Amino acid sequence: MLYREAGQFKTSYSADQAMLTIPLDRVFVVGLTIFAIVGIPLLASEYLIASILIPVLILSIAALGLNILTGYCGQLSLGTGAFMAAGAYLAYKIATNITWMPIWIVIPLAGLCAAAIGIAFGLPSLRIKGFYLAVATLAAQFFLLWLFVKVPWFVNYSISGVPTAPPRSVLGFDVTGATATNEAKYLFVLAFVIALAWIARNMARSRIGRSWMAIRDMDIAAELIGIRPLPTKLSAFAISSFYCGVAGALWAMCYINTVEPTAFDINRSFQVLFMVIVGGLGSVLGSFLGAAFIFLLPIFLNSAPGWFGYTVAGDTITHIEFMLFGALIIFFLIVEPHGLARLWQIAKEKLRLWPFPY
Amino acid sequence: METLYLIFIDPFVQMVVEPAFLAEVLIGGLMSGVMYSLVALGFVLIFKASGIFNFAQGIFVLFAALNFVGLMDLGVHPILAFVITIGIMTALAFAVDRLVLRPLVNQDPIILFMATIGIAFFLEGFGESIWGGDVRPVRVGIPDAALFWEAGFGEILVQSSDLFAGVIAAFLVTVLALFFHFTPVGRALRAVADDHQAALSVGIPLNNIWVIVWAVAGFVALVAGIMWGAKLGVQFALSTIALKALPVLILGGFTSIPGAIIGGLIVGAGEKLFENYWGVPLLEGATEEWFAYIVAMIFLFFRPQGLFGEKIIERV
Repeated sequence: MLYREAGQFKTSYSADQAMLTIPLDRVFVVGLTIFAIVGIPLLASEYLIASILIPVLILSIAALGLNILTGYCGQLSLGTGAFMAAGAYLAYKIATNITWMPIWIVIPLAGLCAAAIGIAFGLPSLRIKGFYLAVATLAAQFFLLWLFVKVPWFVNYSISGVPTAPPRSVLGFDVTGATATNEAKYLFVLAFVIALAWIARNMARSRIGRSWMAIRDMDIAAELIGIRPLPTKLSAFAISSFYCGVAGALWAMCYINTVEPTAFDINRSFQVLFMVIVGGLGSVLGSFLGAAFIFLLPIFLNSAPGWFGYTVAGDTITHIEFMLFGALIIFFLIVEPHGLARLWQIAKEKLRLWPFPY
Repeated sequence: METLYLIFIDPFVQMVVEPAFLAEVLIGGLMSGVMYSLVALGFVLIFKASGIFNFAQGIFVLFAALNFVGLMDLGVHPILAFVITIGIMTALAFAVDRLVLRPLVNQDPIILFMATIGIAFFLEGFGESIWGGDVRPVRVGIPDAALFWEAGFGEILVQSSDLFAGVIAAFLVTVLALFFHFTPVGRALRAVADDHQAALSVGIPLNNIWVIVWAVAGFVALVAGIMWGAKLGVQFALSTIALKALPVLILGGFTSIPGAIIGGLIVGAGEKLFENYWGVPLLEGATEEWFAYIVAMIFLFFRPQGLFGEKIIERV
């Protein structure tokens, strides 16, 4: 590693409890953020920004949301897609009906609506857990998607049922709709990612995060030491759905530019669940690593044969993709349940001592 | 007023006025319920014996059917294909036990559940990369004709394949019941289901038992797959339909075989009735997609253990 921890002493409690305790870590994270804000729009190609960075960042938000619910609070959800759909449809509805409202308020507002829906479907979690709850969240998945398809009110009675995202701007730059440049969309998405990741990181290490983890590790014991299960579980559901709702709204507004139900079907729910498992349950960094990994793997599989001069039929690739995802899930659950985030940490610890074994 | 009439009175008037249609809807619903029951049965078997909630059971159905149909398309006799597929499912059970369950022993149920999601994805890709993703019809000589049954109040249309499926399901449940009650292996399985440690201490080898249970579940999946394939063709959509076995289990209870059967019938009949009398006139149809899940969710509020399940008791 480039730096050692030795000799870096903390002289106050606030320094001891800072989010990043090592100065070089802080420099690294701040540097990365600045590079993401300034460097990438200047340097990266259109393709990289539009087809890889934007979707990966949006899916990271969804993975963060599911990680709060599944990784931190231990409540399995298979309804992520539906909560994303709620965010997308409601963002469209609010943006087109209250036209004066700035888009950077519309999207969190849609997230809040998704959070309300999340609370409604999270209510059974008070009596049940584990795979029982998975069935309740499947109810959300199928019912909500059906609702958004069947009730034309949500899409302003559009005839096709698949309306395009309305063009909206922030500070004079278009960030949604067909006229927006990819760089503007990217920066808009990035702003949400930075804010939400920062909030998630801080929630995880504060009182609310600790009570989630207590409920996850043993709910009855947690109740005995004075953590109330009702507000704790419902807050996890609400905040998780808020994140998913924001992710869904951004997905529809800034990535695919249309509001369509197929983008949020049950496969999306599984995709986000895989991101959380592969990235690392209960880790903010893991949500990002998992999102990037799961999103990039199919792209890699599609183009890898081409680099070596082979051509493979499209559906063969899809089948291999399925097999690989399944095998990876099992592999990670057996070998490293804390996912890529833990591997990253192990690598860091090894490098810190390198070249000595211990 | 109008709406209330349409919700609370009109459907029942319709049912009384046209009993023949009601009977047809009911029979159709019960028959699809039989299919849900068959999938749910596989879930219950595994859950009872090992406490694992096997999400992949739906894919087992698809995978078994794919193998069976694939072998038949290669010109293998149906009975031989059936036997070979049982062999494949047993091998699969063995592989799952050694590669997935053993390394994860003593983990949280939720971790095992997620591992079975992994198995589901793997098998889906594996089955389709071997046999292709097309819809394949099953031709095993299940008669498929429309029968008209003259009841006292009118003619009722029944598909003979549906009747056949009902008979097979009843037969399968009887065989399983006999197997569980009168064979040594069946008795061992029930002992393990009751108490793992007690079973171990009287000398029942737990490892083999798990393989056997998964193989039996594979066999049930094969039968379900053939029945379903005969009706709809073997296709990817089967795995999505098989997800409906989950609400069936919530209704029937996770540990009860009769519960799985009755839960399946209730869900099958309920969703068809709801679709025909409430869904189509009031909600623009396609309510079958979610009806079972919403019923299961409401059920969870009042009776989380299901109709026939054991009461859930937890200790710190």
